[in-house]
Amino acid sequence: MRRRLGRLGPTWAKASIPVYSIVLAFAVAAVVVIISSAFTATGFDPLLPLAAYLRLFAGAFGSGNGIANTLVAAAPLMFGGLAVGIGLKAGLFNIGVAGQFLVGAFTAAVIGAALATAPTIVGMPLAMLAGGLAGAVYGFIPGYLKARTGAHEVVTTIMLNNAAALLLTWAVNDLVRAPGFSFPRTADIGQSALPILAGRNLHLGIVFAIAAVLVIRWILVRTTLGFEIRTVGANPNAARYAGMRPIFITALTMTISGLLAGLAGAIQMLGVIGFYAPGITASVGFDSIAVALLGRSDPIGILFAALLFGAFRAGAPLMQIETSVPIEVIDIIQALVILFLAADLIVRKVFRVRAPKVEITEMATVTGSWGAGTPPPGTVS
Amino acid sequence: MSDKTPVLEMRGISKRFPGGTLANDSIDLDLGDREIHALLGENGAGKTTLMNILYGLVTPDEGEIRIDAAPVTIQGPADAIARGIGMVHQHFMLVPVLSVAENVVLGQEITSVDGVLDMRTAERRIRELADRLGFSVDPGVRVNQLSLGQQQRVEILKAIYRGARILVLDEPTAVLTPQETREIFSVLRRLREDGTSIIFISHKLDEVLEIADRVTVIRRGKVVGSRKPAQTNQDELAELMVGRAVSLRVDRGQSHPGDVALEVVGLRALDDRRHEMVRGVELSVRSGEIVGIAGVGGNGQDELVECVVGLRKPFAGTIRLAGRDITRLSVEARRDLGIAYVPADRQRFGLVLPYLLPDNFVLTRYGEVPYAGGLGGFVRQDQPIRSEAGRLAKEFDVRSSSLDVAASTLSGGNQQKVVVAREFRHDLKVLVVDQPTRGLDVGSIEFIHKQVIARRDAGVAVLLVSAELDEVLDLSDRILVMYRGRIVGTFASAEAQREKVGLLMATGEART
Repeated sequence: MRRRLGRLGPTWAKASIPVYSIVLAFAVAAVVVIISSAFTATGFDPLLPLAAYLRLFAGAFGSGNGIANTLVAAAPLMFGGLAVGIGLKAGLFNIGVAGQFLVGAFTAAVIGAALATAPTIVGMPLAMLAGGLAGAVYGFIPGYLKARTGAHEVVTTIMLNNAAALLLTWAVNDLVRAPGFSFPRTADIGQSALPILAGRNLHLGIVFAIAAVLVIRWILVRTTLGFEIRTVGANPNAARYAGMRPIFITALTMTISGLLAGLAGAIQMLGVIGFYAPGITASVGFDSIAVALLGRSDPIGILFAALLFGAFRAGAPLMQIETSVPIEVIDIIQALVILFLAADLIVRKVFRVRAPKVEITEMATVTGSWGAGTPPPGTVS
Repeated sequence: MSDKTPVLEMRGISKRFPGGTLANDSIDLDLGDREIHALLGENGAGKTTLMNILYGLVTPDEGEIRIDAAPVTIQGPADAIARGIGMVHQHFMLVPVLSVAENVVLGQEITSVDGVLDMRTAERRIRELADRLGFSVDPGVRVNQLSLGQQQRVEILKAIYRGARILVLDEPTAVLTPQETREIFSVLRRLREDGTSIIFISHKLDEVLEIADRVTVIRRGKVVGSRKPAQTNQDELAELMVGRAVSLRVDRGQSHPGDVALEVVGLRALDDRRHEMVRGVELSVRSGEIVGIAGVGGNGQDELVECVVGLRKPFAGTIRLAGRDITRLSVEARRDLGIAYVPADRQRFGLVLPYLLPDNFVLTRYGEVPYAGGLGGFVRQDQPIRSEAGRLAKEFDVRSSSLDVAASTLSGGNQQKVVVAREFRHDLKVLVVDQPTRGLDVGSIEFIHKQVIARRDAGVAVLLVSAELDEVLDLSDRILVMYRGRIVGTFASAEAQREKVGLLMATGEART
């Protein structure tokens, strides 16, 4: 028993703040639901949150279909969370996942449509690969700019998000518009779609996503490249001193981040959407930031965070149908989770968690991204 | 002076920090009227905590503070200042772009009736005060145009201007040249005559013996002894401070220089702000020889060292390693050729503080066999990394509860030992050490000095940079003085007199 606790200790030390943040977010959202219940037809109902949360859970995990929906929603979030997370490990805040996601989705749609009649074993991997590479190229641009000129990646990726959405709208309208539809869209991907594993919609993407989690974890923890990425993120001066090349690592990490974001777009395209049309939602891009922060940039943490956010998306419709609590409550909970993660002092006060000895670098990267500069590293004797 | 009532008494002061560290363990300290009382102790002994309690920055768990025999509570710096306590921190708290007078009155500005700043009156008063204390400071000049020694005097002026009768100086000589140190000592003596009582925090034994009327030694939060300088000596004080006998003299032995290992010719380099900091440096280091560079900080030593190890690209000149031009090689390539480097700032460059010890022990060798292997050296090998870390921790006496702690949890001395252990490998040709003992206590300094000499005796060419003149003098076989980007003098160890070198450091000229 003691041995097991000893092994769990460090994991819990890392996971405690995210877990408590979730608990606190549910509690505060419950207050919002109770207060707002007074203004609805059902009338004031202090037990409404409980009912709503039970339905939310049932919707996400209560049936085979629910679980499938959860996994389908979680898969792109895993890729996107890894994209943000690996950037944070290198001290980079990639806000451009949304843009890289769109570029990846578009490219996968075009290549998938071109290979629509080819066997799945040919078309699907090529479309995936094309989506990933397109995302990688789109991630390389801000990475190169940062490495060469010092242009801050937060600024450049925000710009590139808009650039991607507008360029792709133009491309769908004028370059690859499929004939026979009343609105601009790409042609059907046909055989290039991700195969369905089970049920109505559980496609192969979740397998790719879990594989990606394991690969990225292996790279970060076990390889010299991962050591270089982490060192550049934790202390770029020491990285230079140790003979690493922070410029190269920065550009490479943004490229890998873009690759993962592009793959997120590709699996969403090939597994769920099926064609590219202007205005397809890139909400995965921003949810990915939340997933990475909740997962503490740790691939396994990101896996669980993505499952949670996937469960929110999958369970919310049932909650709305059966308790009239609107889906938007999910957005409140997600926002509160991030709020509490950022303001972890609140969580520490409420749950009496002691401050860690070493600064959590991913939050430092995010908060330092807004011009304040990275705060000095943790306490030193 | 000791017959009269002390101006300040601290009785039974205890402070335990969250986490259990007992920083102060019922400390008694008293300060006589017009006394210079030195507080001596290793890093982490509790000196600073005690002074922070006096200045109201830390609340003690137990104990009493009395000023002129009356008990007082000090709840913050404002209280302390109101009771006549002034503090000069190790890092100056001055606004560089304001004038001396503006800095001194900051927070207590003199205004005319309509609220307009009256700087003329302020400057006059400050000039009067400076004259009385024998300071040569022009109140109108901007602080960023002053030397560190002059800035320190501004800090003292600020404290006295605010009515300090009790002045606390935290390691005041750490940043000064020997000349400036002498000047500040005469300032302190003048202040004493003028009626100020002074607490002087230091870990430099010779200085304490020279300036203090009384020395109190603190070890691990306890007062372990109090001496008059006439009744003690450096060896006794060092033993009190560390808790065991310490050898203060470096036994350098005879050097046996071989061929030239490192050669720098006509080197010129810019700093990050594109100022030319290295302006034509020529030097050479033979294997089996320690060459020390003495100089006041900021005269281009850092940039010179960065050029040698490959962190900075010079715009002119050549660096050769055993005859081979390495000017354009990367940091990594130079390491492979046998150059190791102990950086001046261990926390900024030498370590990754959140990393556990094993990763820090191999930080500069992470890509080498056997620490990486498989898939073309892509996969890190935990077992060799851990066993190397264990071996180095043992050999260099790095004290920590286990290897699996973050480097940030180690004391400064142990952090430095991690860096030294990693860099002092056996197949070295050139070892570059920049400020190897900055901020370390006597015991760690002794250890690291011995290791440097052992490397020299094994045939390594050592280039030493230090702002501590004594360290350069004690360790070096040859001493170069760097001033404004150039080497302005060379001394063989036997001819290097402290005063001569110090004068050259301060002025760039060898006046007699």
